[in-house]
Amino acid sequence: MFGVADWLFAAPRGAPGDRALPPCELVMEDVVKTKVYVWTCIALLALLALTWAIAYVDLGPFNLIVALAVAVGKAIVIALFFMHIKGSSRLLHLAAVAGVIWLLFLICLTLGDYSTRGWVPLNH
Amino acid sequence: MSTWISPAFEGRGRSPSAPFVAQQFDNIEQQRDAAKLGMWIFLATEVLFFGGLFLGYTIYRFTYGQIFVETSRKLDVMLGGTNTAVLLISSLLMAFAVRASKLDQKRMLTWLLIGTALLGCVFMSIKAVEYHKDYVDHLVPGSHFEWHGSDPHNAELFFWIYFAMTGLHAIHVTVGIAIMVVLALLAWLGKFSHGNHNTVEVAGLYWHFVDIVWVFLFPLLYLVGHR
Repeated sequence: MFGVADWLFAAPRGAPGDRALPPCELVMEDVVKTKVYVWTCIALLALLALTWAIAYVDLGPFNLIVALAVAVGKAIVIALFFMHIKGSSRLLHLAAVAGVIWLLFLICLTLGDYSTRGWVPLNH
Repeated sequence: MSTWISPAFEGRGRSPSAPFVAQQFDNIEQQRDAAKLGMWIFLATEVLFFGGLFLGYTIYRFTYGQIFVETSRKLDVMLGGTNTAVLLISSLLMAFAVRASKLDQKRMLTWLLIGTALLGCVFMSIKAVEYHKDYVDHLVPGSHFEWHGSDPHNAELFFWIYFAMTGLHAIHVTVGIAIMVVLALLAWLGKFSHGNHNTVEVAGLYWHFVDIVWVFLFPLLYLVGHR
């Protein structure tokens, strides 16, 4: 109980055994300019307006394709600029793409099953 | 705690002027990279966690396309679209918060985290209004569900998927709000000062991920076919 309060109000010190860098070794990370984030947000809001507007135009099956393309575009913009994939290490790029690739496996293989059912007549 | 810090730094509200490196890391860059990599791997598991629901949605949409178009029109695209904008703007505040933490701007960081949490609350409030509207319109699956068009069974199926996906997302937003509130408190206490900003950056990745999930949910649930 009091331990929690002590920890809250103490100076940051990390876990036992952690070492603090001497001030000369202090590493400030590069930061992205504010306007990059603002333009990212404006681009995202513009894409939102686009997908919203296109929903009122009848494009047949292309409504779905355009909506998905815009969503993928927005996700890429968020990942690149807000999540700093742009400028980060190859290892992080790999980790970011890994989940998406496994999701595509999941969807492609399952749809491969569903869409080809009934192609081969089975004798029951 | 290494010996170079003079006792003057250890008083209440004071802090040493350099980040801490845990025993297992060679240097601060490695520690920061490890935190980010861990979070991205967690996000990959989250992609697959939501992926099961997206897969179910995909299969039912291709199987019962027409009824999905009809049921989707019952959702309020105005509320859904507004919520998308709210989350996108909250992501902007979160990106600014991570930037402020890197620049050691304690006061700015605290306010930006509070702002992010507040926009999360706006999102949840709009969602609550929407759920209430669905309830009043008898669109919540179960014995209360009423559908006067064709194929009521599969119309109910769409709403099962709608509530499962938006519900799971809402749980993630709620967790995100709780994280932002705790981080705002810790930021105010100076826990992320002087290069100890790993936690803020990693929480930011989570918040942006939750935003990305909604970016896909909005067109898939609210904009099925043309309206």
